[in-house]
This record gives sequence, structure tokens and C-alpha cells, in this order.
Amino acid sequence: MAMTVHVDIVSAEGELYSGQGEMIYAPAVMGEIGIAPRHAPLVTRLKPGDVRVAPGGGKPMEHFYVSGGIIEVQPFRVTIMADTGVRAADLDEAAALEAKKRAEEALANKTGEMEVARAQAELAEAVAQLQTIEKLRKMKK
Amino acid sequence: MAGAKEIRTQIGSIKNTQKITRAMEMVAAAKMRKAQDRMLASRPYAEKMRQVIGHLSLAHPEQKHPFLERREVKAVGYIIISSDRGLCGGLNNNLFRALVKEVKALQEEEKGVKFCLVGNKAVAFFSRVGGQVLAQATQLGDVPHVEDLVGTVKVMLDAYLDGEVDEIRIAYNRFVNTMTQDPTVERLVPLPEPSEEEREKLKHHWDYIYEPDAREVLEDLLARYIESLVYQSVVENGACEQSARMVAMKAASDNAGSLIDELELVYNKARQAAITQEISEIVSGAAAV
Repeated sequence: MAMTVHVDIVSAEGELYSGQGEMIYAPAVMGEIGIAPRHAPLVTRLKPGDVRVAPGGGKPMEHFYVSGGIIEVQPFRVTIMADTGVRAADLDEAAALEAKKRAEEALANKTGEMEVARAQAELAEAVAQLQTIEKLRKMKK
Repeated sequence: MAGAKEIRTQIGSIKNTQKITRAMEMVAAAKMRKAQDRMLASRPYAEKMRQVIGHLSLAHPEQKHPFLERREVKAVGYIIISSDRGLCGGLNNNLFRALVKEVKALQEEEKGVKFCLVGNKAVAFFSRVGGQVLAQATQLGDVPHVEDLVGTVKVMLDAYLDGEVDEIRIAYNRFVNTMTQDPTVERLVPLPEPSEEEREKLKHHWDYIYEPDAREVLEDLLARYIESLVYQSVVENGACEQSARMVAMKAASDNAGSLIDELELVYNKARQAAITQEISEIVSGAAAV
């Protein structure tokens, strides 16, 4: 039997996956990474994209879409803490501004900048989603 | 029989009220179950984060992040979590009462207090009471999402990083069981120090490879960790709201039931008295003829 590593994929709103994996692929900020069992300990951020887990034993590859998050790798354990929504520094800022605005009940004129940041993040997410779909399609064929 | 008719309409209106409270009770019971499931679902995330943060902060004792560092408290920021809707017994009021006591004590020591509010009830309460409100989020609905809270939390964290507040506390109702909700005020930031036991366990531990670098990863992790704690509190408060509402509505339905019983007794007495009176009138009338 091939060596496996325990994989947990969790988001703040629930657990997505928990089980064994022979190989895990994740979209890290510095480029896509593939993790085999006994990988050196690693912590890195994820960007929007798809996470794939090969459970081994001839079972089909599991796909998950993440819009960002953090991956923690230990030799026999991989944890992916996925974000539930689109996140970017500018967007977080925008959300903060919005919360402030609500409190002040005043109109801010900074909507222009916010819109651009939001559109950019949404575009990045949409592209990543499309790529995931594309990959899935190719696999089906 | 004027009195009897009045009583009838009164019974009718109480019955209508009872129907409403009973329906609300059942809705709350169904929602409570879902809210409890959500509460359990969000636990693994925070737990995993805590582990990684523990590793990180112990592996890099030289890199002190502000969220982990304790400083003298001159101002306290409160994130207050309440429900959007009323009719849930004393849930929100109990929390606010506990909070006001704390805030008064702080003000007597001449420490600043700032608020971030979640939920309509907190907004309404603090618009009456007053206080410096930095941000607010309302109408989260039955299924709160982390994204809805990001802004509010960030305002508070920014205030902390800028030194406007030296400690962040969170106030919410902790879910003990269906009958009991515990108004809780906890310190959120700075994070509690890892215990001696954990320290010992990780002493000879390997370190991670960080991409892009340790500080950035730690910053990301901490912000998300705090968000997840706030989210957890919101979800927990939601479960409390539903169970408190269920209990309150059950009490209301029961009260309406006993009120109806009493009124029916009064009604029957009035009816019988009227009939008796009528008969005696007829009999005496017949006797007179």
C-alpha cells in the first residue's frame, strides 16, 4: 500500500474533508504546490483556486474550490484552512470602511476605489472557478 | 348577557395570541437545532488555527506580534454580539446588564471604552445609552457568514494596532444548554499565553518553512483566528437566541392556556347566572298571573 497522509480541509463554517490522501495539490501564493507524504513542515497562504486530493486506493480525485486560506503541512498531516468568501487586503479594508460607515450613517466618497478592488477580487475568483471547471471537464472526457 | 359576550371576545383574542406564540415556539425549535449544528461545525477550524498559531509563536519567540503582546490597558474595545430580533426573553438584556456594570467600573477608573456592535438590539441599546461606537453590523440572518463580520472585526483590530484600544473583549451569550444561556464577556486580544505544558511539548520542535515569510503568515493567521472566534460567538449567540425564544414562547403559550381556562370558568358562571335569573323571572312571572 502506498504511503498516505491525513488531510483535513476546514472552513470557519464547517468541515469540508477529512481523510487520507496520497497526494495533495494546492494553489499557494508562490505557485501551485504538490504535497506527498513526509513533506517538510510548511505554512503558506493560498490564493483562489482548486485543491485536489488523491485519496489513493484507486479512488477518484477529490476536488475542492477554495477562495484563499492557509495550508499547514506536517510530515503526516496536512491541514487546509479555507476562507469562505473572497478575501483581499483591499476588500477587507472596504468591508471595514462599510462597517464604519454604517456606524456613522454617513456617505463616504471612497466607493470608487472600493468598487475596483471588489471587481478585481471577483474577477480573480471567477477566473479560478472557470479553471477548476475546465480541469474537471478535461478529466471527465 | 353583556358580560358574557365580552368574555367570549377576550377568550377569542387570547386564543389567537396563543396560536402565534405556539407557531413561533415551533419555528424557534427547528431553527435552534440548525443553529446548534452550525455551532459544532465551526469548532474544528478554530482549533486547527490555534494549534498552528501555538507552533508559530513558540517557534519565533523573537518575533512578537502585537496581538500576542500584553500592554498597559488604557482603553478597552468591546465587540458586542446581540440578536437582531426581540421576543427572546431576557437574552439581550441580561448581556447588556452584565456589560454596563463592567463598563461603569472601567469608566470609574477613567479608562476609555469603545464599541463594535453586531445585531439590531445592541445598536438600539447603545443609541439610547450612548458610547463611542466604531462600527456595526446588523441583519446577519439565521445563517451568519464570516464575510459579514470581516469589516466589523477589522475596525476593532485596526484600532488595537493603532493603539486606540489596548484590549479587545467580546460579549456574547454562551450556549450551555437549551434552558441556560450564559452572558459572557471574554478577552479576545491579546491572545492568552500558551500554557507551560504546551511550551514544554513544543520546545524541541521542528520549525516550518514559511512562504512568503513568517511574519506575514502569522499576521494572516491571527486575523483569521480572531475572525473565527468572533464568528463562533455569533453562531453561539444565534443558538442562544433561538433556544431563549423557544423557552419564552413556550411560557407565553402556557400562560395563555391558563388564562383561557380561567376566563372560560368566569364565562360559564356568567352564563349560568343569566339562565338562572331568566328562569326565576319566568317562574315568578307565572306565579303572579
